[in-house]
Parts: sequence; structure tokens; C-alpha cells
Amino acid sequence: MTKTQVGKSTDNQEIDVMNVVSMTKPVLVDDDVAIPDEHHPRHFLDLSGVSIEFQTNKGPFKALDNVNLKINKGEFVSIIGHSGCGKSTVLNIVAGLYKATEGGVIVNGKEVNEPGPDRAVVFQNHSLLPWLTVYQNVELAVKAIFKKKKTKPEMKEWIEHNLKLVHMDHAMHKYPAEISGGMKQRVGIARALSMEPTVLLMDEPFGALDALTRAHLQDSVMEIQSELNNTVIMITHDVDEAVLLSDKIVMMTNGPSATVGEILNVDLDRPRDRLALANNPAYNEYRSKVLTFLYERQRRPRG
Amino acid sequence: MKTKLINYLEMTGFSWLCPVVRLCSGESPREQVNEIINVIGLPLIAIAAFLFIWAGTASQVKTSLGDLPGPSQVWEQAQGLWQEHQAEREKEEEFYQRQEERNAKKLEANPDAEIKMREYTGRATFVDQIWTSLVTVFTGFLVGALIAIPMGVACGLSQKLYTAISPLVQVFKPVSPLAWLPIVTMVVSAVYISDDPMFEKSFVTSAITVTLCSLWPTLINTAVAVASIDKDWINVGRVIRLHWITQVFKIAIPAALPMIFTGLRISLGIGWMVLIAAEMLAQNPGLGKFVWDEFQNGSSDSLGRIMVAVLTIGLIGFLLDWMMLTLQKVLSHDKNAGR
Ligand SMILES: Nc1ncnc2c1ncn2[C@@H]1O[C@H](COP(=O)(O)OP(=O)(O)OP(=O)(O)O)[C@@H](O)[C@H]1O
Ligand SMILES: [Mg+2]
Repeated sequence: MTKTQVGKSTDNQEIDVMNVVSMTKPVLVDDDVAIPDEHHPRHFLDLSGVSIEFQTNKGPFKALDNVNLKINKGEFVSIIGHSGCGKSTVLNIVAGLYKATEGGVIVNGKEVNEPGPDRAVVFQNHSLLPWLTVYQNVELAVKAIFKKKKTKPEMKEWIEHNLKLVHMDHAMHKYPAEISGGMKQRVGIARALSMEPTVLLMDEPFGALDALTRAHLQDSVMEIQSELNNTVIMITHDVDEAVLLSDKIVMMTNGPSATVGEILNVDLDRPRDRLALANNPAYNEYRSKVLTFLYERQRRPRG
Repeated sequence: MKTKLINYLEMTGFSWLCPVVRLCSGESPREQVNEIINVIGLPLIAIAAFLFIWAGTASQVKTSLGDLPGPSQVWEQAQGLWQEHQAEREKEEEFYQRQEERNAKKLEANPDAEIKMREYTGRATFVDQIWTSLVTVFTGFLVGALIAIPMGVACGLSQKLYTAISPLVQVFKPVSPLAWLPIVTMVVSAVYISDDPMFEKSFVTSAITVTLCSLWPTLINTAVAVASIDKDWINVGRVIRLHWITQVFKIAIPAALPMIFTGLRISLGIGWMVLIAAEMLAQNPGLGKFVWDEFQNGSSDSLGRIMVAVLTIGLIGFLLDWMMLTLQKVLSHDKNAGR
């Protein structure tokens, strides 16, 4: 097993680029072997030995096999892989929407066995409720979660605060059908943030958007992330997006029985600027690592 | 202002008036005139043609009650029915006035006198019959909706329940409610016994018949709609840990509302058709009874009056549907429903 020290300085990025852990066995990015102790896990978020089998009409289908992933507090992690490999499934297991057949997830010292607002999800197609306004969509979540903890005016302020954070306060009283796709996705993020999650889960949050809107939203997410310092897991198809946003990129092998193929630590200074990074050799090195994994080692299944 | 008016017109189903509004505001007059010819002119031509053919052919059909009435005779009958109604109302007013005068006199003579108010029991006019039918159809329909929507939601939420009652629904759905009518009549007579009944028995029978047929479309539509709600929406509810009751009221029902409304519209339409038939068959007060009575009456005016009733039934059915559609557009998030 290869282990490389994660460099904290950026002076020697060229060396840190080699920070790729390839493996056939469970992944360990840190330099110590995790001692399984359910009450004091070393990691903020810990997926260990997660496998899942779906019951289909053609018999059981093993989508994930022995997925291991450890994430520290405040880290921004991307999961990348070919379509259908099981990225959403991983996210849904962390969210508690699916139950792993084997293994389990521990978040902040507690085992996950049901969905909850501490693991807020931004869904792939925004999933705003079309009969509620932008404000009411966020309100539904805030009301459910802070029933006894916040007064009415406090809730209002909190909803407005979160909408401001994603720059959507100008369209608070519009319906989802009246705003653009990018704006809907912003509201979806605001709704998730309003839950004060310990982990923010995003399933291809910008997948359906055009390149310009996407870039704009990525900048927003980086800005919010620097402010709130959330722990984030984001699924993406986009290599540039993964490198730009993440501290850690998790590359998944093709399914069935998909698992974590490689983990790449991205050690670039923040705040990151997409224009400046375009000519940064380290950035390009990271990109090519991910591309190599996706298009050489894990070629698209069946074209 | 103009856009608002146009939006309003579209919402209420008067979109055919939009070009007129646009024309009045001076927006591309040529196009608007073309549009007016299309959306208003063509239907008017069709109606005119229908009246013309009707007028031309009706007098050729000889029945035992005289010629089949043409449009003008029907119009006369309509006016006649309206006058009859007004005359009847006047009589009623006079009746109560006389009664009051009599009572006042009695009180003058003896302040402790017992005062009785007798109800006017005149003949039910055409307008009264319309009113009776409307009240009946709405009662039956509302009761049906109150049963069908919760049942449908429950079936949509629980696949097991749906599987369980599905065969029953499939068997009862195609039964004409008229087949139920004798049973309903007997059961109501046997069960609904009280000294001072709040509703007439005939009313209860008719309403239950309407309920029986308006149940199924709403039930099935609601169940299908709730069962096929976007999974992400349900997951939103799970993530924020909504209580299941809140989940039903805040997510399931609003999400299913457009389809529930479609079910309700179908139900009300069927309910109205069935009610008229049931009234004819059971001699229960309402438009159906009016038609039947006129038929039995067999005077020279009868056919004209029946035609007035037929047109009225059609017009009311149309209005009911329009009402439901407008309600649907106002209440549900799917603003394009039913277009
Ligand atoms: N509920 C389910 N029942 C049966 N099979 C499922 C279920 N959910 C996912 N799968 C299967 O598991 C595999 C992984 O699905 P998943 O949605 O996680 O892929 P993904 O990586 O998110 O793909 P994409 O990038 O296209 O969103 C697929 O082969 C899919 O068919
Ligand atoms: Mg997916």
C-alpha cells in the first residue's frame, strides 16, 4: 500500500501531484491505520465496507462492493465516475435514503440509519416543490427542523439569510416555474444550507446547467464554502469541476460491484481562481490524473 | 393592465376574448381581427348553421304531440317557463303576506294567541327543479369526493392497500349507478327513518346515486397520482423528517392535485348525467322529473319544454366543467392543466 504525506505548503505542489493512492484494498489516505472504535471514530465521516445489493426482477444486483471512504471535517470531497457506476447510491447511503446491505456509515460519531437534516441533500434536478414559492420551499425545511428552536421572526430571518447567501433574495416570492434552472439549483442549495447540515451532500448539482451558469454557481459554492467551512460530498461528471472545487477526489470504478478506485488529494491554495488555475501546472497535472483514471483505466462500459 | 386582464381571461377559460382585448388596445389589428374570426366567428357560424338546419328539418317530423319544435318555438317555451316561475313566486309571496296579515290581526285581538306559519306548497317550477338538481349533484359529488380523496391517498401511499381493494374497484366501477338505484331506494327507505327528516328521502336517494358513480374516477386518479409522485419530492420530506401527516398534506396532496382535479371533473360530469337519468327513473324531484312529467303530460307544449330542459342540462353540464377547470387552474400548481 502506498502512502504519501499530504503536503500543507503549496510551494512543492509538483511533488504533491504524485499524491495518488492507488489501491486494491481499502483506502487509507491518512498515515495511520484506523482503529475501529465506534464511539470515537477518528474521522468525521466514515464509510467502512459498504456494499449494497438491489433486488431486481432479474435477481439481486450488487451495485457497490466494499466501499471505504474517510472524510475529515470541513473537507470538500468530489466523487467522480462513469454514469451508472453507483455514485448516487453512495450518496444516498450516506444520506440514509438507502440502507447498505453490508458495512455502515458513521457521521460525527453516530451511525447513519435514517435520513435527517444533518445530512442535507441537494438533488440532481433541484426537486423544488413547484406549488411553493422559493421562500416557502426553504420555509418548509426550516419550519420542520427548527420548530422548537427558533421563533417566527428568527425563522424568517434565517430563511432570508440563506437565500441571500446564494444570491436569490431578489426572487424570494417567485414560483420555481418562473425562475431559471441555475436559480432553481441555487434555491436547492439554500434549502440544504438552511438545515445547518454537518455534511452537505450534492448529487450532480450543476449537471443540467450550461457552462456559464455552471461556472457561476461553482464560484458561489466556493464562496459559501470558504464562509461556512462545511463538510461537503459532491457528485460530478465534470473533471474540471472536481479539481477546482475539491480537497479530495474519489474516483470510482465501473459497476457492477463498483468500489473506490483511487483517491486524489488536491492541494491547491484557496481561494481558487479558475482563470489563474488554467495555466497552473499542478492544476493541469491533477486534471490529467483524473482523466487518465476515467479514460484509460476505467474505460466507459459498453461505449 | 392589459396583460393582467389577458391572464385573467385565460385563467377563467375566456381566452377567446383575448384578441378582442388586444384589438381594443390597438395591438396589431390585422392579426387580432383574423384571430377573432377564428376563435369567435367560426363557432358562431357553426351555431347558426345548426339552428338553421334544426329550424328547417324540425317541422318535417310529425309526432303524436305535433311537429317537432324548432328554435323559435323552443325559445317561446323557455320564456313561458320563466313566466310561470315568476307567477308562482308572486303567488308564494302573496300567500305569506296574507298569512302575516292574518297573524297580525290575531295578535291584535289576543296578544297570547298561538301563531302558526304554514309553508307554501306550490308546484315546483322549472327553475325550482334546476335548483334541486344542482343541490343534489353537488351534495352527492362532495360526499363522493370526501370519501374518494382520502381513500385514494391511502391507496397511493400503501401499495398493499391498493392491491387489496383494486379488484373491488374494478368490479364496481363499470356498474351503472342506475342499477344500484333500486337497492339504494330500498335501503334508504329502510334505514333513513326519522320523524323530522333533515332531507327528503328522494333527495338522499338521488345524492347517494351520484356519490356511487362519482367515487371511482376520483379514487383511481388520486391513487395513481399519489403513487407516482416524484421520488425526489418524497425524499425531500424524508430528509427534513416531516411527520407523515405533514408529508401527506404538504407534499403528497399538492403534488397529486392536478390529477385529483381531473378525476373530480370526470366525476362531476358523470354525476350530472347520471343524476338526470336517476331522477327520471325514480321520479325524484329535479330536472329529470321535469322531463319525465312533461313526457307523461303529452300536451302540445311538452316537446318544446323538454327541449328547453335538454339545452339547460347541457348548458349546466358545461358550466360545471368550466367551474372545475377554473378551480383547478386557481388551486393547483399545474397552470397548464386541461388545455
Ligand atoms: N433502487 C434501485 N434498484 C435497482 N437498481 C438500482 C437502484 N438504484 C440504482 N440501481 C442500479 O445501481 C447502479 C448505480 O446507480 P447510480 O444511480 O448510483 O449510478 P450513478 O453513478 O449515480 O449514475 P449517474 O451518473 O448516471 O447518475 C445502476 O446500475 C443502477 O441501475
Ligand atoms: Mg446519479
